Amino acid sequence: MNVIPKNFLRGTAKFAAFQTLRVPSIQMRTYASIQKSNASPSDSKVKKFEIPHESWAERDQTDKFFDFSARQLLMTEMLRGFWVVLEAFFREPFTLHYPWEKGPLSARFRGEHALRRYPSGEERCISCKLCEAVCPAQAITIESEPRADGSRRTVRYDIDMTKCIFCGLCQEACPTDAIVEGPNFEYSTETHEELIYNKEKLLENGDRWEVEISRNLRSEHRYR
Amino acid sequence: MFRAAAINRSACKAVFNTLQSHSVISKTTLPSSLKKSLSSFALKSSSRLGSNQFLVRNYSSKPNREIHPQDIYADRVAPVHLSPESIVDDSPEPVKSDNTVIKPFTLNFGPQHPAAHGVLRLLIELDGEIITHSDPHIGLLHRGTEKLMEYKTYLQALPYMDRLDYTSTMTNEEVFSLAVEKLLNIDIPLRAKYIRVIFAEITRVLNHLMACGSHVMDVGAFTPFVYFVEEREKCMEFYERVCGARMHAAYVRPGGVALDLPRGLMQDIYAWAEQFPSRLDETEEMVTSNRIWMNRTVGIAKISVQDVLHWGFTGPILRASGLKWDIRKSAPYEVYDRLDFDVPVGTQGDTYDRYLVRMEEMRQSIRIIKQCLDQMPPGLHKVDDWKISPPPRSAMKNDMEAVIHHFKLFSEGYNVPAGETYTAIEAPKGEMGVHIVSDGSSRPYKCHIRAPGFYHMGGLHVLAKGSLVADLVAIIGTSDFVFGEVDR
Repeated sequence: MNVIPKNFLRGTAKFAAFQTLRVPSIQMRTYASIQKSNASPSDSKVKKFEIPHESWAERDQTDKFFDFSARQLLMTEMLRGFWVVLEAFFREPFTLHYPWEKGPLSARFRGEHALRRYPSGEERCISCKLCEAVCPAQAITIESEPRADGSRRTVRYDIDMTKCIFCGLCQEACPTDAIVEGPNFEYSTETHEELIYNKEKLLENGDRWEVEISRNLRSEHRYR
Repeated sequence: MFRAAAINRSACKAVFNTLQSHSVISKTTLPSSLKKSLSSFALKSSSRLGSNQFLVRNYSSKPNREIHPQDIYADRVAPVHLSPESIVDDSPEPVKSDNTVIKPFTLNFGPQHPAAHGVLRLLIELDGEIITHSDPHIGLLHRGTEKLMEYKTYLQALPYMDRLDYTSTMTNEEVFSLAVEKLLNIDIPLRAKYIRVIFAEITRVLNHLMACGSHVMDVGAFTPFVYFVEEREKCMEFYERVCGARMHAAYVRPGGVALDLPRGLMQDIYAWAEQFPSRLDETEEMVTSNRIWMNRTVGIAKISVQDVLHWGFTGPILRASGLKWDIRKSAPYEVYDRLDFDVPVGTQGDTYDRYLVRMEEMRQSIRIIKQCLDQMPPGLHKVDDWKISPPPRSAMKNDMEAVIHHFKLFSEGYNVPAGETYTAIEAPKGEMGVHIVSDGSSRPYKCHIRAPGFYHMGGLHVLAKGSLVADLVAIIGTSDFVFGEVDR
């Protein structure tokens, strides 16, 4: 609040009227025991005491005195919060018991890699090395040479799963759907070496997950 | 009863001025000198333009720009010299008595501190319990993203953008894609823009849930965080259904989005958007008017709009201080000019205001998502240009031309015409910008990333100065640091 200086407006016609306004009862509403008693009249705020409003008067406009006091004393806002928490006790839990329950996975899920085969048993990878070229993390290493029957196949197909960032660019790039990121996400190991996959491991993954992978690819074919 | 009950906002200190216009001047918080310059400029610009479109920072290269951003933004609104009082290190002089020298106490906060939000290391100087200076040491998560991107094609560089701000991944991809599209001078299909906006707003919700949830948890309340994580889980499930990954999406690509929305996803997003505001009400019931929360946040780390501009803060911190600035409004980039949403603005610029701004932004995001779902047009989800986006699989299996394009795109990539662009969007944390210099090859010559968190980190000592040590975790929480983007 503004404290009016002693000589302010003295001698003017309005002075008398102004004097009547400075009756203490209407001068300033103060709450409870926090009586403002500053030594220096120029200070308009209580030092070291922050209120969430610019002034007491401002708060009185938005938050009436009895509302404020009742909330403070009865802790209504705390009790409302407690009630929300209590409600949660009677709801169906959102959490899953993970090893036994698992959340749903979409057909687009990008998990552990697998190398697929044709139904005849022939491996799909033709060693075009497009996945090796596009891999941003350079996690794929491929070496190839012609097979005895003249077809071009890989002799080495390694993926460093600790370098892989699972961006999915390899399966997007693969023209024969040979390398895919399957729905498996539970392949943690104890050692780093076990996560450097070679061709045998990847083909084995493909054999194990072929049912799910082909189902996902079939359901996704119209989007790709 | 309580879930549906609207919170008593009159009990809150901050008054929201939700707005839709571009006007800038806030009612109370602007200092008088700044307000005077702003209003005088408003007069000038309105006389020149005939409208109140001042302080429009136009990032597009459209020629209808009459006022250059530097004219308005730099010189008139915020003189870009730092106010001396905010850069002077005013830690107390060592007190000398006899032969004893009492130095200010230096405390090492982090990088293993659980409230440090990752790998923040702060050296704070204390005068008693009051922070006189704080010195962030960053770089513990530096991966050299910008340099790595110079050696990747534009498609390969995209997953690196995910790893910057890993709580809001799709907006990072969006800004990169927008920049590349600007250099390529292409326009993407409308459906792709709508899909991008839906997921940008889901991303905003994801980010603010994490920001508010961890912030509340930092000051001692665990339950809201758990509720927020539940909602985050639902959002990440949408991520997973649309692109196959829960966080690092690699979904928004230059030229559109990688895959079209799967069938049924829009219904589920709508169902989620229907129930989400009531979950927010629930949490606000617990937190917003809670006396402990208010004691910990109201008046903490108050920052004026002048300091905010000096230190380059953007996003909710800027808006909480009272400046009505949102790139989605001032330079609409996808289809934001077609959508109806409000930008919440605080009045006090303290921690509590920033919390309220973030909560309100989530509600506005829900509005945007619902409008996008309603307006979603049919059509392509990426440009029908095989030079930029790969041909569909069916074409690749049957068409030799498509095979050639496919191999060319995934091995060499596409060449981007020489030029440079600075493209910025309103990421959840603030202005996320990418400055790409292209030399005409298939790799960026230089890609500088303007991450909002980096600037918030640079001004951390302004926020923290004068507050208690116990409030430091609240300040770090309200600044919403994610070290992926700070350290890059």
